[in-house]
Amino acid sequence: MHTAILFLELGAVLLGLGVLGALALRVGISPIPLYLIAGLAFGTGGIIPLATSEEFISVGAELGVILLLLTLGLEYNADELVTSLKGNARAGVVDLLLNAAPGAIAALLLGWGPVAAVAMAGVTYATSSGITAKVLSDLGWIGNRETPVVLSLLVFEDLTMAIYLPVLTALLAGLSFVGGAITVGIALATVSVVLLVALRYGRFIEAFVSSPNSEVLLLKVVGLALLVAGVAQQLQVSAAVGAFLVGIALSGQLAEDAQALLSPLRDLFAAVFFVFFGLQTDPTKILPVAGLAALLALVSMVTKLLTGVYAARRAGIARAGRARAGIALIPRGEFNIVIAGLAVAAGVHPDLGPLAAAYVLILAAFGPLAARLVQPLITAIAKRA
Amino acid sequence: MDVEQTALPGIGLRHEFTTRSGRRIGVVSHRTGRRDLVIYDPTDPDRACETVKLNDEEADALAELLGAPRIVQRLNALHREVEGLVSLQLPIPPGTPYAGRAMGDARVRTRTGASIVAVVRGGQVFASPGPDFTLDGGDVVVVVGSPESTSAVSDIFAHG
Repeated sequence: MHTAILFLELGAVLLGLGVLGALALRVGISPIPLYLIAGLAFGTGGIIPLATSEEFISVGAELGVILLLLTLGLEYNADELVTSLKGNARAGVVDLLLNAAPGAIAALLLGWGPVAAVAMAGVTYATSSGITAKVLSDLGWIGNRETPVVLSLLVFEDLTMAIYLPVLTALLAGLSFVGGAITVGIALATVSVVLLVALRYGRFIEAFVSSPNSEVLLLKVVGLALLVAGVAQQLQVSAAVGAFLVGIALSGQLAEDAQALLSPLRDLFAAVFFVFFGLQTDPTKILPVAGLAALLALVSMVTKLLTGVYAARRAGIARAGRARAGIALIPRGEFNIVIAGLAVAAGVHPDLGPLAAAYVLILAAFGPLAARLVQPLITAIAKRA
Repeated sequence: MDVEQTALPGIGLRHEFTTRSGRRIGVVSHRTGRRDLVIYDPTDPDRACETVKLNDEEADALAELLGAPRIVQRLNALHREVEGLVSLQLPIPPGTPYAGRAMGDARVRTRTGASIVAVVRGGQVFASPGPDFTLDGGDVVVVVGSPESTSAVSDIFAHG
């Protein structure tokens, strides 16, 4: 009986997500906001509570985070990270300062305290590399000359996350200053060691993991990622960072094969993750913070736009390209929800979850649309000038 | 001419340059093997106004069409650069004893020390032809070697 209900609930949820995904595809937006809305409809305060499958969904959501970060790490190799860090450090720092500020200031003004401020800083800071990459390829912007600027900012952000997430985890765990400092030290050391190992000895890891059989390869990569994620979590460095680092350590053909194998698995569990975040969020709490979320979205749209314009100008891109770089950076998505999810789980502030959900809903939906709408406008202006 | 190379993290590499007539073109090499031929907008030099996706086979075909006649030109340049090395375009006389025979039969390298690097036939260039490549009267053979060895090749094709 229990199993039957579990399957019924899960099946209905996944089928529903599939239908929503098809809808998103047709309209040309990211499915992430629709997944969040689906999650809101169920669960706490929603129309239909999912009693039986919630436990499974919560484990599935954790797996989703691991797989999201693992595949993100697979996209980049250690060389690219180091080059991007060297060449774009200044633009990266501007990105961090400009875009972490709105969230942090909002949390402080609301009187949510410093820990919430750090979490909200992360929520407004990170651009969704998944949505942005999709926008770039859908609009044919990959060949554009400002695109490397956008991509290297994304790489910089992801690398920043490798340091930010452990800091946040330490703060959320309420560690003392010394305890926190130790955790951050461990995190920094781990990140450096993994980068060094990946740069110098990546081929040994690859020799161990690689296999001509896709089944063996899948098991080895996922197993390694989960193992490292577990160790990282134990050290309070955050499981997500562990998985991300495993992804970075693997490169070349192996990374491509693994990515192709993992992407269906990631799509499944990432969708579950977005639903889970929606499940935890009470939809009735969203309405009171909707205005605030819209304001925050507007402010952080402007700050991302400025970041893109600044970074592209440094790279010698003309005016139209600068605007495109800014617009491409607007979408927020998976990382922001991951961060908010950590904060919600630690019970930082009851309004943080709804605020983050509404914020990501707005920017994940509006970011790609903005790029689509603005493209002809920019071209027209550039032609006239 | 400067070809600019830019890394596209997570995607691959991009090469681009500006032609003498002022148009900017580029090629995006995806890690998956896909190539995008990109042509930039003259009014907005950062925007790709045309992107043509090419798979492996199509990219090879395009490269061959654009690059093949250049091989001969480049060889001529090489011959100017390296002293003692000569590259010659030898027209094969119509009455050659090797017409319709495999190129390997002439045993050019063994007998002279010179190498046949390409054969030009009807405006089409066959780069690095193998020993089983069939020669025809009227072909132009591109030979690289010392001045003595290349003229010996000319003798072989004329008289056997």
